[in-house]
Amino acid sequence: MTNSEATTVQDERGFWKDTGKTGITSWIFSTDHKRIGFLYFYTVFSFFLVAVILGILMRIELMAPGRTIMGPQTYNALFTVHGVIMIFLFILPGFQGVFGNLLMPIQIGARDVAFPRLNLLSWWIYITGAATIITSLFTGSGPPDTGWTFYVPFSARTGTNVTLAVFGVFLIGMSAILTGLNFVTTIHRLRAEGMTWGRIPLFVWSVYATAWVQVLATPILGITLLLIIAERVLGAGLFDPGRGGDPLMYQHLFWIYSHPAVYIMILPAMGVISEIIPVFSRKPIFGYGMIAMSSLAIAAAGSLVWGHHMFTSGMSDLAVLVFSFLTFVVAIPSAIKVFNWVSTLYKGSISLEAPMLFALGFILLFSIGGLTGLILGSAATDIHVHDTQFVVGHFHYVIFGGSGFAFFGAMHYWFPKFFGRRYREKLALAAWILLFIGFNVMYFSMMVLGVEGMPRRYYDYLPEFHALNLTSTFGSWILFAGMVIMLVNLFHGLLRGEPVERNPWGGATLEWSIPTPPPTDNFVEEPVVTHGPYDFKGSGIP
Amino acid sequence: MNQQLLTTTQAVDPVFIWIFGISAFLLLGITAVTVWFLIRYRRSRSPEPTSQVSGSVWLEILWVALPTFLVLGMFYYGWAGYLALRNVPKGALQVTATARMWSWSFTYANGKTSSKLYVPVGRPVEVNIVSEDVLHGFYIPAFRIKRDAVPGMKNHAWFVASNAGSYDLFCSSYCGVGHSAMITTVEAVPEAAFIAWLTEQNPAGAKRGQEVLKSQGCLGCHTLDGTKAVGPTFKGIWGHEVTVVTNGTERTITVDEPYVRRSLEQPNADIVKGYPAVMPAFKLSPDEVAAIIIALKGTAE
Ligand code: HEM
Ligand SMILES: [Cu+2]
Ligand SMILES: [Cu+2]
Repeated sequence: MTNSEATTVQDERGFWKDTGKTGITSWIFSTDHKRIGFLYFYTVFSFFLVAVILGILMRIELMAPGRTIMGPQTYNALFTVHGVIMIFLFILPGFQGVFGNLLMPIQIGARDVAFPRLNLLSWWIYITGAATIITSLFTGSGPPDTGWTFYVPFSARTGTNVTLAVFGVFLIGMSAILTGLNFVTTIHRLRAEGMTWGRIPLFVWSVYATAWVQVLATPILGITLLLIIAERVLGAGLFDPGRGGDPLMYQHLFWIYSHPAVYIMILPAMGVISEIIPVFSRKPIFGYGMIAMSSLAIAAAGSLVWGHHMFTSGMSDLAVLVFSFLTFVVAIPSAIKVFNWVSTLYKGSISLEAPMLFALGFILLFSIGGLTGLILGSAATDIHVHDTQFVVGHFHYVIFGGSGFAFFGAMHYWFPKFFGRRYREKLALAAWILLFIGFNVMYFSMMVLGVEGMPRRYYDYLPEFHALNLTSTFGSWILFAGMVIMLVNLFHGLLRGEPVERNPWGGATLEWSIPTPPPTDNFVEEPVVTHGPYDFKGSGIP
Repeated sequence: MNQQLLTTTQAVDPVFIWIFGISAFLLLGITAVTVWFLIRYRRSRSPEPTSQVSGSVWLEILWVALPTFLVLGMFYYGWAGYLALRNVPKGALQVTATARMWSWSFTYANGKTSSKLYVPVGRPVEVNIVSEDVLHGFYIPAFRIKRDAVPGMKNHAWFVASNAGSYDLFCSSYCGVGHSAMITTVEAVPEAAFIAWLTEQNPAGAKRGQEVLKSQGCLGCHTLDGTKAVGPTFKGIWGHEVTVVTNGTERTITVDEPYVRRSLEQPNADIVKGYPAVMPAFKLSPDEVAAIIIALKGTAE
């Protein structure tokens, strides 16, 4: 390490030590983007762990046909709550809330986001929404049993506590809109001197594209959710054919938001991967402009493909034609990114440390998710696999194998920066191997089950589906073991890990140029940017 | 069997194999190149990067052109297959599939109803799909067809069974607690056997009652053999005393004709203690109700 005055964990604790303030209020009322980032991290990640347990319980139930550990109503509540938590409480707010907050301001050379108090308000609205959803599970006549999609007419008729849960999701949407506004403004207004658009790290580009999706698409979700509440509480009849309403209209409204939402989950993940790969290959990213532009292309074109969730619904054949075509068009920018990532490795100097392992895992699993998406985008084949276990396998490959692995990768990549300590590489490798194997055993089996015809949201199944379901459940245990090892390793690193200096991986983006852990104001002196984010030579890194 | 006729399976499977083949090829290609780079350029062998290139116009044009070309081909092929699923061959047998929580019933042109979908081998069948309550999905994996049953809408799908046999029919669209139990079969039988079955009258008396219980889907939640399911069993129910909850208060009643009629019309007025209030209301013809009552009387010891 050439940086001689590198600060280590012993002598300084950076923003953890804040200016004299201590206790819980110095966190939950802090406007420091790093503290808010950690507030998000601890809440979002706890919800993730709860939903993982629910997933494991579902897999145990599906181990054998018939009743194994629970009844059908419980199973239906489990997949609903698992889906709602994973989507609305973990992955949607997760990337922007945690890594967007922790890193985006530092990477553009700012001291904080544009509206720090609004940022804190976003977290408070998020946590209020989350508390509302959790309340809905334990009050009224039982947890919601509609699936995370809340399809009418079932969601308008069921006796379970849907109204409250939907209101919670509505609040979380509000929080996302505010975060999006805040981040767009920050990236436009607060870049340091010399931080031109062509020098913005790709992670920031993806945060930027995502923020636009949050601002533009989330209001539609808000309206849709309010309409469900109107339907249930006021008996509005908007979606009730008996009174001239239309159930398909709900599906359109829901997916107009929820398909772009998939990009809120995946774009920042792609940004993380675009940071990790160049650093661990010691080479500039291949095709910077293409990667940045393809993020924007995905964000824009992705808002026009929602109908691919409705090929069997009875919508017109013309609509099927158009949506199938547009769906194939959005596949192109994702493919471009994959090619660019792989090309970055060429003639590099590659080290396979934990963040890189997760990035490579991402590329493979996301590719499988994307390629199986082609089968769903093609009208003929979608008819067969729609609403089957194939879809469940496919979207777990995209959001868990893709976004989830990128989330783990980001945790391992920026862990030393924020905690000033290291985890054990060997244990991280062991955890990664188990996660990777368990993941594929579990979800590949589910995709095969779908091709064989087993529908999704099935509490029970015919005996012919037994062997693969059992295999899938074994896979979930391997995956779970990997997750436990990963968490133990990180936790141990946090307490006892070896201290690190400011730039353990040799990164060229701004966060690696400041002390570890970052001070409250991020930069000791105003940064002036003179080189690109992946210019490892220009930044003086060996 | 009509040799010219393309089956729905033949419309879908080649598209599947084609897309799957290209995908597998791409995936293997990407993985092989990645692994090769990881080995060839690992830090121990290549301690310094030997290139700092950050782009190449030609390669990037290739990146765009290659996937564009492939996906447009997939799109076209998929669309052609979809059209084959939508265009019903002339002269198809007409059947109406009615979905309700949580059972299927099939109605034929002559008014015959059945809880299984009987079809003649080799003759195309057009299924008109309707729902009486929430969304359901009409799905026959063996024939690769699926279409949602949407209240207020009439959807259709068609298929032809080339071989005699029994094929699974699932509900694919989530519809509540009985979703995974909402399954039945397609029974493909030779034409002559089909005609014989179709023209056979629906049976009379207790047998007819059992038919109604089955075709209306009662047996999706109630059993005849004494096992507890979503709802109470019908075994020995007639004349039996049960505790019900009416408007929140418990009372004991005897299962008789008025009680059975009320349970069909306003199922949630009296809930048998310990069961969820999930039964939908049924609008049955008077003779169907009469048949059910005869059948239930027959269950008393
Ligand atoms: C150990 C981890 C996980 C396990 C064991 C697991 C397992 C499952 C299972 C068994 C289902 C239900 C399949 C069905 O009956 O249709 C399911 C559904 C779902 N999962 Fe996961 N999952 C895991 C992680 C995740 C993650 C990380 C996400 C997203 C970030 C996620 C999002 C969903 C969603 C959205 C559904 C659909 C719920 C619905 O049908 O409404 N899961 N998962
Ligand atoms: Cu979509
Ligand atoms: Cu169903």
